[in-house]
Amino acid sequence: MARAAVPGRLNWLVARLAEGRQETTTAKTLVLDVPGWPGHLPGQHVDVRLTAEDGYSTERSYSIASPPDGARLELTIQRLDDGEVSPYLTEIFSVGYPLELRGPIGGYFVWDPADTAPSLLIGGGSGVVPLMAMIRTRIAAGSAAPMRLIYSTRRPGTLLYAGELRRLAGDDGDLSIDVVYTRNAPPGWTGRAGRLDAAGLSQLAGPLDSGTRCFVCGPTGFVESVARLLIAAGVTARQIRTERFGPGGEAS
Amino acid sequence: MSDGWTDGNSLGGPLRDVLGVDLTAAVGRCANCGTTGPLAEGRLFGPAPGLVLRCPGCGHPLLRLARAPGRHWLDLRGLACIEITTPR
Repeated sequence: MARAAVPGRLNWLVARLAEGRQETTTAKTLVLDVPGWPGHLPGQHVDVRLTAEDGYSTERSYSIASPPDGARLELTIQRLDDGEVSPYLTEIFSVGYPLELRGPIGGYFVWDPADTAPSLLIGGGSGVVPLMAMIRTRIAAGSAAPMRLIYSTRRPGTLLYAGELRRLAGDDGDLSIDVVYTRNAPPGWTGRAGRLDAAGLSQLAGPLDSGTRCFVCGPTGFVESVARLLIAAGVTARQIRTERFGPGGEAS
Repeated sequence: MSDGWTDGNSLGGPLRDVLGVDLTAAVGRCANCGTTGPLAEGRLFGPAPGLVLRCPGCGHPLLRLARAPGRHWLDLRGLACIEITTPR
């Protein structure tokens, strides 16, 4: 089961970059080959370790963006201008370069592909990454579990996976995708704009019953705000799983 | 993890190094206020000089983890109890 603790230490593995895909001007998807990768569940993350020549070493956690696919793994990295790791990964790290990582990690913010309950996925900024893994896994697994994505981002230029989201929207009656632009909506936009509020949630979230599972990921302030809106809409805390990342970066 | 996450989800790897299990879904009870919930929902501060997980209810430190090459210091005083679900 997804929520049972998985025993055993994790070994560091050496991944190599097979392909880099620019998603926006500041975000890049790294397609990695990871010999020995044991597979993962959507929502899980990896720890990445960079070590300098002088031995200085630093670690970061990154959500997995891809569904399970053998030794292939995709991470989408948002470059933070004052970051220590993300500028290297998005600008210098090139095809064939090695990268130390370990995983999969996490037993909480995880969608179980065998689960048939409806899920509501709400992402702010690059918080959409683990949610995308859930959507992609649902499709790859042929699951009919109803899934709705509400994706809040600043403007069209910050939208991750734009082409894929466009293709998926309207593809399948049990998968719905809505984008909310918080700063600048594209010309002629008929969807919602501005910060996600109670009215936006009630318009986009669909029926929220006691069986709906909610996954909320994004910057801390976004996650706290959305969790409060969900509770106010009658969802219980036990139905909500959250994942927060730090200040800066691509806000909601 | 300075530009990383700010909740207990990101303690998954570091804690597994020491304890050998993924504790993100484990349910902890705050020794100060009694708030009970998954460790993933705790607020994480760090990385220097160590990682501190605080109770989302009262802010009390639940867990402190300091690391050096080959050594770990883990302080769990702020947790009255941890419930860990394991495969049967």
